[in-house]
Order: sequence, then C-alpha cells, then structure tokens
Amino acid sequence: MSDIAIRVQNLGKQYHIGALQNNGGHYTYKSLRDSIANAASAPFRAARALVGQSGPRPSSQDNTIWALKDVSFDVKHGEIVGVIGRNGAGKSTLLKILSRITEPTTGRVEIRGRVGSLLEVGTGFHPELSGRDNVYLNGAILGMKRAEIARNFDAIVAFAEVERFIDTPVKHYSTGMYLRLAFAVAAHLETEVLIVDEVLAVGDFQFQSKCLKKMQDVSTNQGRTVIFVSHNMAAIRSLCNIGLLLDKGTTALYGQIQSVSDAYMSLGETHFDDEPLVIFPKAPDRCDVWIESASVLCNGTPGTRFEFGDRLGFKVNFKARGTIRRPIVGYLIRSSQGEDAVNANNYFLPSPDYEYPVTEGTIVCDLGELPLMAGNYLVSFWLCRNPEELHHVEDILHFTVEEKDIWGTGKLPPRSLSALWWPTGFTFLDREGV
Amino acid sequence: MTTESTNIAIANQADDSLIPITIIQPSRGWIALKLGELWEYRELLYFLTWREVKVRYKQTALGAAWAIIQPLFTMLVFSLFFGRLAKVPSDGIPYPLFTLAGLIPWTFFANGLTQSSNSLVSSANLISKVYFPRLTIPLSAVLSGAVDFAISFVLLVGMMAFYHQAPSLRCVFLPLFFLLGFVSALGVGLWLSALNVEYRDVRYTVPFLTQFWLFATPIAYPSSMLHGIWRTIYGLNPMVGVVEGFRWALLGTNTAPGPVIAASSLASVMILIGGAFYFRRMEKTFADVV
Repeated sequence: MSDIAIRVQNLGKQYHIGALQNNGGHYTYKSLRDSIANAASAPFRAARALVGQSGPRPSSQDNTIWALKDVSFDVKHGEIVGVIGRNGAGKSTLLKILSRITEPTTGRVEIRGRVGSLLEVGTGFHPELSGRDNVYLNGAILGMKRAEIARNFDAIVAFAEVERFIDTPVKHYSTGMYLRLAFAVAAHLETEVLIVDEVLAVGDFQFQSKCLKKMQDVSTNQGRTVIFVSHNMAAIRSLCNIGLLLDKGTTALYGQIQSVSDAYMSLGETHFDDEPLVIFPKAPDRCDVWIESASVLCNGTPGTRFEFGDRLGFKVNFKARGTIRRPIVGYLIRSSQGEDAVNANNYFLPSPDYEYPVTEGTIVCDLGELPLMAGNYLVSFWLCRNPEELHHVEDILHFTVEEKDIWGTGKLPPRSLSALWWPTGFTFLDREGV
Repeated sequence: MTTESTNIAIANQADDSLIPITIIQPSRGWIALKLGELWEYRELLYFLTWREVKVRYKQTALGAAWAIIQPLFTMLVFSLFFGRLAKVPSDGIPYPLFTLAGLIPWTFFANGLTQSSNSLVSSANLISKVYFPRLTIPLSAVLSGAVDFAISFVLLVGMMAFYHQAPSLRCVFLPLFFLLGFVSALGVGLWLSALNVEYRDVRYTVPFLTQFWLFATPIAYPSSMLHGIWRTIYGLNPMVGVVEGFRWALLGTNTAPGPVIAASSLASVMILIGGAFYFRRMEKTFADVV
C-alpha cells in the first residue's frame, strides 16, 4: 500500500449549471434580491439553498452534467502519468480535484506526500510589483515557505534568464520573460507529488523545449510522482511512462503510455476539424520571421481529403521583421500511429538563381503524388532564417487519405505496416534470370 | 530511473510518519474550521496582505495621505454640523476630538468590510487555480487596513496634542479595542464575502450598509444619550463597544461602558464564529461558482 502515491476510487464530479438562472430565456447571476423574494414565497426551500444544501429543483435534470464519473486508478511513487483525452474529457476537472481546488461529488482520493500544483503559469503575479516581489508572492501562493523561496531564488532567476530585470515591475516584461519567470518559480517546487496542467501550451518553441527539459529533469532524475496533462503528444510520450485516457469523464484506458497514446490517436477520426487552412494571429517572441498561415493543398487547391495518388502540397505564408532573403522552411508529416512518415526541408538544396529580400511571402511545397496509405496525418511546419530563431508549429494541419481499392484486388495493407507505400514493381524471373 | 524511484520510495517508508497524507472526499454539512491549516499558511497570509498594501499605495497619487484624508474630512463636516450647529453633546471632550476618536477605528471597520466583501470574487484567478485555505483572502483584506489604521492613528495623536489632551493611563487597553474592531470587521466580512460569491449583488449593498452603520454607531453622538438597558441593547452593535471603548481608553471619558462592551464583544464573537462556519460550508462551491 505505501508504494502507492495516489489512489483514486470512484471519483465523480457533477456540475450544476445553477449559478446562472434562467430568467425567461436569458441567463443572469443569482441575486440576493431574487433569492429573498423567493424566500418570501417558499421559505424552507430557499433557506436551504442559502446554506448551500440545494434540494430537488424542478428543472434540475437539464442543469447538471457529470464532468467525471467513476474514475479509479492507482499511481505508484515515482511514476509519471500523462492524462490525455479530447477537450471536455474531464482532464482539468480531475486535476482540480487532485489539487483540492474543487470538491468531488462522489468517490475518494488518497495522496501520500505534499502536492504542488501548476495549473496556470503566473498565478497571482501582479503587474505593479517587481519580478523579485512576484517570485516571493507566487512561491508563497504555490505553497513554498519563504526560506525555501530564498534558497532557490538565484536558481529561479537564472533559469528564467531575467537577472537584469528582476527588480523592474513585471508589467514591463515581455511575454516571454513573464512566462519564463512564472514557470521558473513553479519548476522549483520541492513537493513529492507534482500536478501539471497544459502549461506548455503557452510560449514560443524555445520556452516550450526549456520547460520540457526541466520537466524531464524533475520527473526522471528526482523521482517524483508527476501527473501531467498536455495535448502535445510528443511531450507526453517522451516524458511519461504511464498514460490515462479520459473519454467523456470516464477512464477509457490506463496503462503504458505507448498503448494509451495509440488509443487516443485512433479515438474517432472526426475529432479533427476539416479545415485545410490554419492562421496564426500572433507572432512569437524572439523570432524575426514566422509563419503567418499554412494550408494543405490537394491537387493544387485547399483540401484535406485525399485519395491514393492525389498530389499533395503545402502553402506557407510567412512574414518577417525586417527583410529576409531566403527563409528555410521544413515540414513533417506524422501518421496517426505517431510515426514520422515524411520529413523534408529546403536547407540542403541549392539556392535559386534569384534571391531578393522580402518582408513577407509565400512558399509552395509540391510533394507530388505521395504514396501515403489510408489514414489520418498531422503536419508540422518550421520556418527560420538562422537555426537560433525558429518558428515551429507542431501538428497543426490535418488531412486524411481515404481507403480506396487501388489495385482492384479488394485487399489493402494494414495500417500498422507503414504509412508510406513505395510503388514497387514486383517481377518474377524464371530460373535462368530472364 | 526505476532504481532512483525505488530509493525515494524506501526513504519515504523509513520515516512514514512524516509524509503528509491527504484524503479528498465529498464533505457534508458543517465543516471544521481547520485553524491549524490556516496557521500553516501564515506566510501566504503575510504575502497577500503585503501585496494588498503595496499595490494600494503604488497606485494612488495621494498614497498614505488618503488614510488621513477620509477621517479628517468626515470629522470636519461632523464638527461643523453636529458639533457646532446642532450642538450635540460630546462627553466633556472637544467635539472634533470626540468624533475623530470614533472615526479612526470606524474607518478601519468600514474599509475592512468594503475590501473583504469583494475579496473572493476579485481573487477568482487564485481560487480557481491554487489550493490554500480560502479564509486567508478576506482575512488579508481586513488585515491590510491595519496599515491605514496605523497612519490615521498618527492623525489622532496629532489632534490630541492640538487640544492638549493627554492620553489616559487606560490607553494600554487600546489594542484590545482594536482587536474587537478587527473581530467585528472580519466577522461581517466573512459573511459578506461568502454571500457575494453566490449572489453578486451583495457587494452593491455594502456602501449602503456602511453608511447606515455609520449613523447607527456613536461616532457623531455619544452613546451616553441612552440609559440603562437600552444602552446595553444598543451595545449589540459591535462597533458601539469598539468606538466607546476607544474613547474610554484613549481620552478617559468617564462613561462606564462595561455592559456595553460586554454586549459588543459577545455580538462580534458570535458574528465571527457564525461567519467562519458559514464561509467554510460554502467554501467548496467557491471554485465552481466564482
């Protein structure tokens, strides 16, 4: 029993959509005035509501949802659990319950060890206070003692690389500095159990890789129990050894991360949207050239549904601060099994004859008739001027190759074989080699 | 990696008693106050209070002067209309001093109410993302007024010097009356802040509440205008005990406020205990509703 760090039994969380009342069609906050008026007409029911004990309400059926239902699992000391699932599956709710922010409706959780939660980066940061003040404040909010913060202060500031600015008010920081500092504080939590929720979804590529490295160090080298929620499948796979798949509030699968993430990927094709175009409204920090939008082209026009033999192409619009001569662009096509099918870029190619500086432009990648097997694929792009400043967008476009009886035999290779089917000619020679 | 995690596990088993075990399950009915946990988070309480104070003074142009301006101007208006024109009695003390001695603790109480009533809603981002005893929030809101109180107390001392009024020996009791005021402010603040999370119009009633309460408290007039049992019943307003006690301790008014202060203390302690239990009971809904 004592090697189990977290034991979750039949956890359930029901939400009443009851803070907002239906006032003849539109929702408003509950007001004391209305409640007092109701109390006058139905004293006992209203009095119980005032004390938080809500009795059966007539229209309560359509006003409740079970965000989590019957979730049970055990986490041993030192395990790193990746919680994955679609949006709305209940991941954040689970983390909130484990962090004691909200109470479960049913079930029981037992945690051995102190718990440190990182559900948001920079909680409690006040823009008027200096970086130093905010480090102490944020550390205290996260549960660190003042002595602990003082001991780790230099390490925190060094990790965030804001030594020069530590005494200026945080409102003058760039977004990158702000995020780095906020993450740095949380990264130095010394609790036995760590709960981390999608904080890597913010920040530029460099920030994300720094955070990942730190997470790796914290979990693998320091032997702590970590519960990690992210949509970044690559991060989940590299960091975690156990996976928990949540689907609509229930445990779909709990086990080794490889099988759980495979199950997630194949959890219904329709959870990807069919947009061939994706736009990035904001430029990343510390990057002078970035991808403004990207789209996938099927036979030259935007589209996401392919048949074996269609021409695949990408169109990448980029923008630059200042001018750029020849941006280096690359892409990666990943299958839903998680394997990298195609990875190419223009770095190794000879420069074209003409090269004039531009501030924005479009690059069209023509992949020709790509022999991809039926399935779902995700595309990642990266764009840079020099290797230090890179804009990397991962798994942002999606396209499907549909099953089609290409050879007319009614037989197709299984998806697990490989994503790429190289058109091969098979010729049988007779004994003499003729 | 496996070896390292096993080592840590063994180390933990060795001093098993030191590992805190947290049990999370649905709670029912009235919940224990868990003051021990509040003590554990005392450093957070310090930081939250410090943040309130620091930010408040950074943002205002008047800064510390605001703590003096509010009671000073009220005192001037009261002195003119109640003291001079209406000739309200003032227990043998110059009227401006009489009323200021009441205004200083009153301002602390009123600001405490205003700050704490909206404290939970304005800390919504903290409540929905981090765990700590939520009692810390209204507590820090009321505590942050203590700095303003200290500054305005200087004004009071200045006023006493102006009227050549030496402090009576009973001024050792001043901290007790300040404590009573703090308990009152916190008690009402807990009720208001918890109610405000669920019913958002509560914070709009606070200005009216404080205004009404101001006139229900013997700041502009002495409570010695009432006699006997009526005065004691009047003492059920906790601020009566605070204000009269303040004047008794500092200025040596010869009103014997014993029963009044007892009534006030009783009322404020009951409001505090009731408020604390109500707050704890509603606490589980805060993160979901705020």
